Amino acid sequence: MREIIIISGKGGTGKTSLTGAFGHLAANKIICDLDVDAPDLHLLLQPTHERQEEFYSGHEAEIVRDRCDGCGLCATMCQFGAIRENGAGFMVDPVRCEGCKVCVAFCPSEAIRFPEKHCGQWYVSATRFGPLVHAQLFPGAENSGRLVMILKQQAKELAKARGADLVLCDGAPGIGCPVISSLSGAHLAVAVTEPTPSGRHDLTRVAELCRHFQTAFAVIINKHDLNPEEAARIEAFCQAESYPVIARLPHDPLVTRAMVQGLVVTELPETAFSRELGHAWTRIEALAGLSR
Amino acid sequence: MITAVASGKGGTGKTTVAASLATVWDGPVLGVDLDVEEPNLHLFLQPVIQGSQMAHMMVPAVEEAKCTYCGACSELCQFKAISVFNQVILTFPEMCHGCGGCMAICPEKAISSGQRELGEISWGRAGDVGFLAGKLRIGEAMSPPLMRMVKTRLDVMLAAEGGDAIIDAPPGVSCPAVNAVLDSDVILLVTEPTPFGVYDFILACEAFAPLGKPMGAVINRAGLGNDAIYRFCREKGLPILAEIPYDRAIAEAYARGRIIADLSAGLKSTFVALRDRIRDLTKPSQPQKAAHA
Repeated sequence: MREIIIISGKGGTGKTSLTGAFGHLAANKIICDLDVDAPDLHLLLQPTHERQEEFYSGHEAEIVRDRCDGCGLCATMCQFGAIRENGAGFMVDPVRCEGCKVCVAFCPSEAIRFPEKHCGQWYVSATRFGPLVHAQLFPGAENSGRLVMILKQQAKELAKARGADLVLCDGAPGIGCPVISSLSGAHLAVAVTEPTPSGRHDLTRVAELCRHFQTAFAVIINKHDLNPEEAARIEAFCQAESYPVIARLPHDPLVTRAMVQGLVVTELPETAFSRELGHAWTRIEALAGLSR
Repeated sequence: MITAVASGKGGTGKTTVAASLATVWDGPVLGVDLDVEEPNLHLFLQPVIQGSQMAHMMVPAVEEAKCTYCGACSELCQFKAISVFNQVILTFPEMCHGCGGCMAICPEKAISSGQRELGEISWGRAGDVGFLAGKLRIGEAMSPPLMRMVKTRLDVMLAAEGGDAIIDAPPGVSCPAVNAVLDSDVILLVTEPTPFGVYDFILACEAFAPLGKPMGAVINRAGLGNDAIYRFCREKGLPILAEIPYDRAIAEAYARGRIIADLSAGLKSTFVALRDRIRDLTKPSQPQKAAHA
């Protein structure tokens, strides 16, 4: 079984639209949305939830007013500035609390509770392209890396149970915790970039991250006609680093038109864009070692 | 006044808006890049860098000769960054959040403060606009600690030089995005009128509303997609402070690293009006609806 992750560095380069189309083109796969923070793939795949689970992660400090004697030790010890005196007593700011338990452990009056934090939900769903494993982290919640690991684990187990030979993942932007978690165990990372200064800059950082974690890396240049010089610089970078460029897609409002209809671009009548995507998918299969 | 430019969905134009706003600002202003995973503001402002420093956070360093393997540290640590098995103590500095709990609880005072490199903080000037940015070390998983250090430096710079700041925030709606807007006076949400843009915009509103700060929307690529974003803003009473049209010429100029407020008199006046509406939003006497016109 192979695992492919679509990433980008920079947001908004077209990861999710392309993942949706690859989900349409790929045979015998489990699709997985690892952008748990701002997931969008379900807007294209319109899943029916078959299983829903709650996601708890970490804890959160809460001062019990009646027991607090107001010594302020907690506020002094908190490294995150999460505890403040607000006139009515000491309060924990849940947005700043990291759940480290230092205040709980050192409070001389044992006045701080430490309940588990409910951070979101994850789902196994049915879609017209097959099973989708996905999640929604509550807005403002933390620890999406752990949720990413849970989704990957579930997707792999499901693939095993159903005899699927591919887990196709939509990743998060950036190079931080959720992206690092999503790379673990992946056989191929496909970065979707665009020929803009930000697109190229962020591509080099996400490429370096993949090198750091020894994940095979390939590149799709989306909107490649927006700036031919910048596109040429990306090609040169990829050539110098031996990263295959597997597709050059035009800037086309077609992608948005498909999105508005809740479709992926390969479900619309064939265009140059969708033909190029078809070739790209064949190359991805070859690079990931998938045989037809 | 600190204005945070955030979005939910990535690639909606946060950096474009932040850079354009900074160039039309009427008074001293600092452009601050808090998208430390993928900082891009420098590509548009092209500042002359005047200084930089490496940023580190505190992680445990164990003096094993003093350790009695009592396990108090590993029992307290919520992040699996320090472990004691029998007569062995191990630290996992990459997991550490820097709470200092292990150092404080160790009865033998065997744990002192080591360091983990988070990345780099740099600052400089681009003409009239000051510049400050954080850049996360590749392989570092946690961006909030570096963001907090950039914000500490921002406080120092604002105290010394005065003026306002415009923060370019990371995409998303989880801890890094919330951290970026936490100390701002007003939050601008940049979106595009597509299904993805709207869905993530609603998440961003839910994430940031509890902070109780004035918020307004900037709609980029107006004319693309559908009208769901306009209906949502109307229902929630969220003012739309500016619209930037969907125009291939703007996309091409952006792709060349241009600041779009410089492209035409019309775009410049869009950003000047946006600046004035942001100021109106932060005036306590002014109800939010007044800025909607």
